[in-house]
Amino acid sequence: MDSFTTILQLFDSTIRLSAPLLLACLAGLYSERAGIFDIGLEGKMLAGAFAAGAVATWFGSAYLALLAAILVSVALGLVHGFASITHRGNQIVSGVAINFIAAGTTVILGQAWFSQGGRTPSLPNAARFNPINLPGAEAMRSVPVIGPVYSELISGHSVLVYLAFLLVPFTWWALYRTRFGLRLRAVGENPAAVDTAGISVPWLRYRAVICCGVLCGIAGAYLATAQGAGFVKDMTAGKGYIALAALIFAKWRPVQAMFACLLFGFLDAVGIRMQGHPLPLIGEVPVQFMQALPYILTVVLLAGFIGKAIPPKAGGVAYVKER
Amino acid sequence: MSQPFAKLPAWADYGLLPLINLIVAFLVAGLVVLLVGESPIDAAVLMVKGAFGSGDGVGYTLYYATNFIFTGLCVAVAFHCGLFNIGGEGQAYIGGLGVTVVGLWLGNFLPWWLTFPIAIAASALVGALWALIPAWLQARRGSHIVITTIMFNFIAASIMVYLLVGALKPAGSQAPETRVFAEGGQLPGLGWLLELVGLSMRSAPLNVSFLLALIAAFLVWILIWRTKLGYEIRTMGFSPKAARYAGIGELRIIIITMMISGALAGMMALNPIMGAQHRMQLDFVAGAGFVGIAVALMGRSHPAGIVLAAILFGMLYQGGAEIAFDMPNISRDMIVIIQGLVILFAGALEHMFRPALQRIFHRLGREKNQSAAAVVAGGNR
Repeated sequence: MDSFTTILQLFDSTIRLSAPLLLACLAGLYSERAGIFDIGLEGKMLAGAFAAGAVATWFGSAYLALLAAILVSVALGLVHGFASITHRGNQIVSGVAINFIAAGTTVILGQAWFSQGGRTPSLPNAARFNPINLPGAEAMRSVPVIGPVYSELISGHSVLVYLAFLLVPFTWWALYRTRFGLRLRAVGENPAAVDTAGISVPWLRYRAVICCGVLCGIAGAYLATAQGAGFVKDMTAGKGYIALAALIFAKWRPVQAMFACLLFGFLDAVGIRMQGHPLPLIGEVPVQFMQALPYILTVVLLAGFIGKAIPPKAGGVAYVKER
Repeated sequence: MSQPFAKLPAWADYGLLPLINLIVAFLVAGLVVLLVGESPIDAAVLMVKGAFGSGDGVGYTLYYATNFIFTGLCVAVAFHCGLFNIGGEGQAYIGGLGVTVVGLWLGNFLPWWLTFPIAIAASALVGALWALIPAWLQARRGSHIVITTIMFNFIAASIMVYLLVGALKPAGSQAPETRVFAEGGQLPGLGWLLELVGLSMRSAPLNVSFLLALIAAFLVWILIWRTKLGYEIRTMGFSPKAARYAGIGELRIIIITMMISGALAGMMALNPIMGAQHRMQLDFVAGAGFVGIAVALMGRSHPAGIVLAAILFGMLYQGGAEIAFDMPNISRDMIVIIQGLVILFAGALEHMFRPALQRIFHRLGREKNQSAAAVVAGGNR
């Protein structure tokens, strides 16, 4: 196998692996830009993945599965909103709670409903989001360089992958070119000003939390019905936290979030590929080091050694209207 | 925030409110039990029986509680300083390194009562050092301690997997664990303690680290409420601005608090490693660091409350394992749900029931005042 094909395959799996990160990262972006910290991305994704796996098993429809994932994830998002917006509770505590509730409930219900040790039955292709070939992918294959790039790398992903990457320009547009986006950003920086302008801070923040839930649900559905074929116990495996890391890495901006997710996805892909393959000069890099690298990078970034990440000013603070 | 209602009496604040939160959490958990087609009441009976019905049950309950006392104290100490240390899991995991080095090396030629204090110091030191980096980053570089401690949990897990499948594994072994410690690296059990109350313990791994946990709880109480350092920690937690104005060094307090917190988490490793398994296994912390969050929130960050909450969660752990025999649909993951619900209701939604309760107490107080006034008025007539 020549090195060009290897690199192409590496990038191809990078895209697959970064898609759920990107969805969760953009989900966090909506929420945190509105001033609601969300540690619960992981839990919402997990619950969404379980809902998708279960519904796809029962009804055999990937789109119904997606809908279920979104509904469940939004419901958890609303719990987070109820605690942190309505009752002004600690947003981090609330997020942690949601992660545990999701982790426990998915296993218990999975075991009770499907009796396969917390996983859902393996899905047939008809109940999954399958790779779609873009027009002309086959015809282009013989063209040198561009052909393989188009047919291997760009074509042949599931519709959710394209959705994830299309959501990047959409989020940018929604955040910087619409009235909703302006208000969303304002409510994360200075909610009192938004309130003074006669706009409801809680309702705006609730909408942000709902956006976050929708995207986390899509990410979960991707895991269970596109990347995998069914739900597996603890299948998010820290992806929600990596997405959070990517969000900080990107300094809460959508386009940079995409690059951060691609970077973390690439690290993951390289880690998988390097298992058992020693590198020249360095020797064999432990898999564990590659797995820990996103977290190490985030800590280094947070320490302000790669530029400073400044979160939205009112992030994590419940808004109290003056009486 | 405006506080229009009367301050709650202490017993309501520290007893009634946590109880209401707990009951609501259990009611919701009961719904999940119903959802999987079992009876919540039967499950509760089975659980209590499994946890306290036999000497071994009590032994296991207190064994698990030992872990949770340490991690609960870890979270609570940080809470008092206004810091949220989610890193107890990682600090405990890394703390296991300290215990293991002492157990593998000194355990060969020293008796347990000499290795024990050295292992305590080693685990506390390693745990404290693992908390030092996030603390320094928070105090000096302003990076959010919640995020850094989460990241450090993952980094710790990677390091420990790397060591346990590599350097720490005996040659020729497949399982990711160290060799069994020699006699000197094994802590004696506490069977005699249970015999005092007429119970016999056969296989439960309750050991002397339970007593250490109780001592640690007492020392934390002294530290927080009876020392100058504790006063400074609480001031910092109450109002960082006031602390700065009073000349309390922010950097110093954050770093000291987090190191104490990390040390407490690190000491948790003594219980499963030296006390029960006599070797270090992959993922021996098993989520105890996270349970600590629920325990600290439920115990209102007070050592006495934490010991009680830890025993409650120990009961859930042990009872949960027993339920699984009779109700195969309910595994120990049920505890994870309850833990999440407790964190939700006792932590994030702590303000939900408070106003209603305050209103009730306010009304009761007014009625009492009125009747007292009527008596006084009657007397004057």
